[in-house]
Amino acid sequence: MANVLANIFGSSPVRPLEKHIGIAFSCAKQLHAFFAAAIKGDWEKAAVVRRQIEKLEHDADDLKKKIRLGLPKSLFMPVPREDLLELLLVQDKIANRTKDVSGIVLGRKLPIPADIADQFLEFVDRNVDAAKQARKSVRELDELFTAGFRGAEVELVTALIDKLDQIETDTDDKQAALRASVYAIEETLNPVDAVFLYQVIELTGQIADMAERVGRRLELLLSH
Amino acid sequence: MEAQVIYIALAALFGIFMAWGIGANDVANAMATSVGSKALTIKQAIVVAAIFEFLGAVLAGGAVTDTVRKGIVDSDLLIGSPELLVYGMLAALLAAGTWLFIASKNGWPVSTTHSIVGAIVGFAAVGIGVDAVQWGKVGTIVMSWVVSPLTAGFLAYLIYQSVQRLILRQEDPLAKAKRYVPVYIFLAAFTITLVTILKGLKHVGLTISLRDSYILAIAIATGIAVIGAVIIQRIEPDKKAEKNAHFYTVERVFGILMIVTACGMAFAHGSNDVANAIGPLAAVVSVAQTGAIAAKSTLPIWVLALGGGGIVIGLATYGRHVIATVGKKITQLTPSRGFAAELAAATTIVIASGTGMPISTTHTLVGAVLGVGIARGIDAIDLRVVARIFVSWIVTIPAGAFLAIVFFFIFKTVLP
Repeated sequence: MANVLANIFGSSPVRPLEKHIGIAFSCAKQLHAFFAAAIKGDWEKAAVVRRQIEKLEHDADDLKKKIRLGLPKSLFMPVPREDLLELLLVQDKIANRTKDVSGIVLGRKLPIPADIADQFLEFVDRNVDAAKQARKSVRELDELFTAGFRGAEVELVTALIDKLDQIETDTDDKQAALRASVYAIEETLNPVDAVFLYQVIELTGQIADMAERVGRRLELLLSH
Repeated sequence: MEAQVIYIALAALFGIFMAWGIGANDVANAMATSVGSKALTIKQAIVVAAIFEFLGAVLAGGAVTDTVRKGIVDSDLLIGSPELLVYGMLAALLAAGTWLFIASKNGWPVSTTHSIVGAIVGFAAVGIGVDAVQWGKVGTIVMSWVVSPLTAGFLAYLIYQSVQRLILRQEDPLAKAKRYVPVYIFLAAFTITLVTILKGLKHVGLTISLRDSYILAIAIATGIAVIGAVIIQRIEPDKKAEKNAHFYTVERVFGILMIVTACGMAFAHGSNDVANAIGPLAAVVSVAQTGAIAAKSTLPIWVLALGGGGIVIGLATYGRHVIATVGKKITQLTPSRGFAAELAAATTIVIASGTGMPISTTHTLVGAVLGVGIARGIDAIDLRVVARIFVSWIVTIPAGAFLAIVFFFIFKTVLP
């Protein structure tokens, strides 16, 4: 039997969105273990981590579809539905990029030169940091909804996004430095591997870019 | 004499069944907000609802019951044939009950109040004559159906805005909550007691002067606010839970407030909805006992108590399941939002009860929830369902009227 009061509430997208960024971050986090294995040339271990990445990316995708289905146009929400869907989309891309980058590395068993190994891992970790900060920011969504997107909570989220931007800038610097290091040893590398190494660096850097875009989307919500 | 006994017995049977239905279904809407926000457990909600529904019905249900039993049908036209009123009221009860049964089977969001008023207007207009309906009064009642959700929505908007400004958007919401929530408790308790004292108690036979009414209401409300404040002061922040949700402890403070507004909501609901079940019963009883239509007849308290009792039984037998189901679905109504909706709805309903307006408590609550939504308080409201409510609102009145007309002619033929 249907009940009026129960049915006027649409399914809230807030907790599911927070859960989704959690999965996306867990996915990105696997990159440390993945590259650590790749650097050692332990491709068995890397394959195990890669399967975990695929599973998490898949989970994020499923949840993304579920959230979309739960957001029909007839919903009345404090913020535009489109903005929430955009946020969801960029959150999902964090997981997508993670899957892409691990796919290329594992598929080619791409060797990562020992000379740049530490620098490379540092760069990866910084990108994961950006995803983590994105998660921290998105996790404030329920508080933002409660406070009606005004007041002290907005300042708190703005500060979190500022920090996210700093981390992203840092990844950019690290990315430039890492490319320079690869360039310095380019002669010693297999040319095809070198090309792909640049591509892997580029794709990894996009994880922080997507995290930053999560911040931009959140900011848009704040301005309503 | 025999016919009179049959009339009263039938009316009582239908009336109790209707009250049972209200307790089983409608009360859930009044209580589920508190259960959904975890301010009350289901058991506590049942106890609160049982006590306050009954009190509301008996202490403040008189005016609305009077409207239903003698405000809609012009009894002057029936002085020669009082039995027509009996058939009509029995038909109205049965029609409303049947329509509610059909509607709830199909999941249509219909209102008990709309059904019963539609049914009474239907049998009076067709069974007796168009002039038998006090159209002016009916017009006022229909207006109140538009006004009450709007009023509740507006009040809820203001209340939730004030909560956001004073508490939720502040640097230290917990400290602010501890400071302001007792004030809200006072406001909730004050409005409901005052309206009850001013408008309800005269039906119980108590008259208190205006000045004393205010003093009494302030005294009672202060007492409740002080008790609330003491309990609130003892709430300690839960650092672990707050890591995930900064408003965790703040919401617990609002939970205390919500217990008060839940009592108010149950009271308000009892005061208005009891009339749907026992207004017709009371009309039948007064005709059957005196054998004539007495315009000045007073409402026997036992009739109110019967209605209140029927609601409580419906709540205890079936309503608790509905509360549990609804409560699970409305978790978006956290205590800070739920109390705003409840306080606005309860205030609107109690004032309507005091002025004798039979309104839809559920629609009033829906209006209040929308008000909180407009104040950017609700994550997502499904506007399709709101539209469906509006449509069923319009369908219910002719449906109730049609069924009542059918039953009226059946009773006229079958009953002595």
